[in-house]
Amino acid sequence: MHLTEPFGDRALTQPLVERMMSLAERLSPRQVRLMEVCGSHTMSFFRTGVRSLLPDNVTLLSGPGCPVCVTPNRELDQMIALASLPNVTVATFGDMLRVPGSRSSLVQARTSGADVRVVYSPMDALTFAEADPSREVVFLGVGFETTAPTVAATVLEAARRDLRNFSVLVAHKLVPPALRALLTSGEVRIDAFILPGHVSTIIGAQPYAFLESEFGIPSVIAGFLPTDLLEGVVGCLELVAYDQAEVRNRYARFVRERGNVAAKSVLEETFEPCDAEWRGFGVIPESGLRLRPHLRRFDALERFTLDLPEPREVHGCLCGEVLKGMVSPDECKLFGTACSPENPIGPCMVSSEGACAAHYKYGAHRAVKV
Amino acid sequence: MCLAVPGKVLEKDGMDVTVDFGGTRRRARADLTPDIVVGEYALVHAGFVIQKLDAAEAERTLEYLREMGEHAPD
Amino acid sequence: MRNKTVTTAHGSGGKASRELLESVFLPHLPSRLLAPLSDQALLPRPEGRVAFTTDSFVVKPLFFPGGDIGKLAVCGTVNDLAVGGAVPNYLACSFILEEGLPVADLQRVVRSLAETAREAGVEVVTGDTKVVERGAADGMFITTTGLGVVPDGLDIGAHRIEVGDVLLLSGHLADHGITLFCLREGIDLASDAVSDCAPLGELCSRLVSAAGDGLHAMRDPTRGGLATAVVEMANSAGVSVEMDEAAIPVRDAVRSACEVLGFDPLTVANEGKVVAFVSEDVAPAALEALRSHPLGRDAAVIGHVVPSLDGLVWLNTPIGGQRIVDLPAGELLPRIC
Repeated sequence: MHLTEPFGDRALTQPLVERMMSLAERLSPRQVRLMEVCGSHTMSFFRTGVRSLLPDNVTLLSGPGCPVCVTPNRELDQMIALASLPNVTVATFGDMLRVPGSRSSLVQARTSGADVRVVYSPMDALTFAEADPSREVVFLGVGFETTAPTVAATVLEAARRDLRNFSVLVAHKLVPPALRALLTSGEVRIDAFILPGHVSTIIGAQPYAFLESEFGIPSVIAGFLPTDLLEGVVGCLELVAYDQAEVRNRYARFVRERGNVAAKSVLEETFEPCDAEWRGFGVIPESGLRLRPHLRRFDALERFTLDLPEPREVHGCLCGEVLKGMVSPDECKLFGTACSPENPIGPCMVSSEGACAAHYKYGAHRAVKV
Repeated sequence: MCLAVPGKVLEKDGMDVTVDFGGTRRRARADLTPDIVVGEYALVHAGFVIQKLDAAEAERTLEYLREMGEHAPD
Repeated sequence: MRNKTVTTAHGSGGKASRELLESVFLPHLPSRLLAPLSDQALLPRPEGRVAFTTDSFVVKPLFFPGGDIGKLAVCGTVNDLAVGGAVPNYLACSFILEEGLPVADLQRVVRSLAETAREAGVEVVTGDTKVVERGAADGMFITTTGLGVVPDGLDIGAHRIEVGDVLLLSGHLADHGITLFCLREGIDLASDAVSDCAPLGELCSRLVSAAGDGLHAMRDPTRGGLATAVVEMANSAGVSVEMDEAAIPVRDAVRSACEVLGFDPLTVANEGKVVAFVSEDVAPAALEALRSHPLGRDAAVIGHVVPSLDGLVWLNTPIGGQRIVDLPAGELLPRIC
């Protein structure tokens, strides 16, 4: 079975493109605003070229779905401070390295001698902790519902192995509360959501029901290959055209109605919901996770005392507005001038799936070919 | 927001599995999909299998897309 | 050699240095010009313009599937000469060794370097060895300096690229970068990928003979990958280029590793590939010439120079869309997002 190839086959994408065009024409002159919540969608829309095929009256907004981007400076400062402590090894995903906090970044901390290691799996951090019991190993837990269970399973494994020198900075965020906050604020008009496929493999389709019942907004759960992305757009346009507000699952090969039950129970066993701060949004109720009391010994913030000054924000950086879909990256005055992937000022320019980085890399800001 | 790649489970030893992504193999953990078996296809994220492929659904999607192609106006 | 590891005495310039030179280096480097061991090599006056280049090699690990630092140190420099249209002739090699390096490793590297030099048709005519304290280097660093000759009348470079030119690539992308990446600590990817590290002199001269004046520019897409090579050439030529993603050869093992790591194969390093801009009329012959060589068997036409004023490199995606290809930013880091 070919797992990816057929979903990029032009024989299958072409009819979807045609369907997309005819739906857009039917909706014309109405401008349809779709929000792709997930940063990997932002990237995939550019990389596959699907974005270049979108009809003129369909606007794709990027939402708060890049974990690196929504991490507020307060948490970034904590991560950098932990890395700078003596006898501490910090392990994290490659995505986090270049993200600037208020005053520094992990990569700068590493240059100054901090032991910062890039891992592919949180389990690798356990290996570091076991290899050198005299050092404290802190894993930086960022990511949404897709990533949080992998960190939860790692914490449970650390408990099983009774590791005393391992802890986690828990900065996980939950997607549905952010969507609710976005809609409640009323700051941006959205006609339909393309929902994050991989978050949905864990949580399922059910947690998005409020989009329909409370806000009357249609949505489509989509994957990341060309036919998936097009199905996401086509599905949204159909629902908008027929004025239906349901949640449609177009990633059924990996997304079940109830998600991954085993993963949810690992999450449940490890974490409890808590209020959390998001860049651009401020504190969103019940949108974060914290370790349950019996696992608090693995909480890096309980283990280490950090005395940090108040976080600082860069003047003029519009990452917060970009994350809410209020402005497009090229509307930020810093975009492409003071702020570029080589010299990022805001996190949306650092993460390869950040809206600013995607727009910069794939040139949405430059002359459009005629 | 979450890069996850589909592959085939080649070996399983307790919670440790080896997944083949087509010429690239990596060990991964099956804590989140404990009932996965060798030969099944699954999605891997951050070193963990996060969900099994529903092959029948995949086939259904492809079938639907193919039909859409056949019925499309020329 | 009595010692099993390199010591600071080997860098002293005294007896131990001499022993290292005579037992490890000289047996493999049978050059008439090197043999006098004087402070400089005296080279005959060349016919044509002299091409001159230097490069340092700090690869980790020292040995990898498809090559090692010795082979790489020859290929890297020889290829920089070859893509300028030069026939590589001479090489100077400078070794910085970390105290404690196993002599057997050094021997293996020197043997490989000598073999590759022979294969590439270059003579190692002068060299140097230094030993630094443990921790001051990572096993071994090599710097090679190469000298070659560009035949009179040959004019290749970005300034000759023009609208209508065809873009050729000599084979599969990203083999070297992915091979090395999979060997890094903490990544734990087993891959069937093998580095493509190879000397390109012969392949380039076949291209020169087949395309003649129709060969406009060549580059070896090393660090930064194909994206960097093509974007830089297009920028300095002031032209726009359109590439076809479906035509760009990438092996399955490399593609899947890129997917797992979140890399774009266009931005990953190669060490045995050439990209060339040729005029349309010679393109079939040039492609044929590349394919006639074992290193160019999988060569393909991957794009064209198009009449547009935007000066950008565009990639046509397999589904009929387009995106811009730009220089990668910073170090490649595996990502989960």
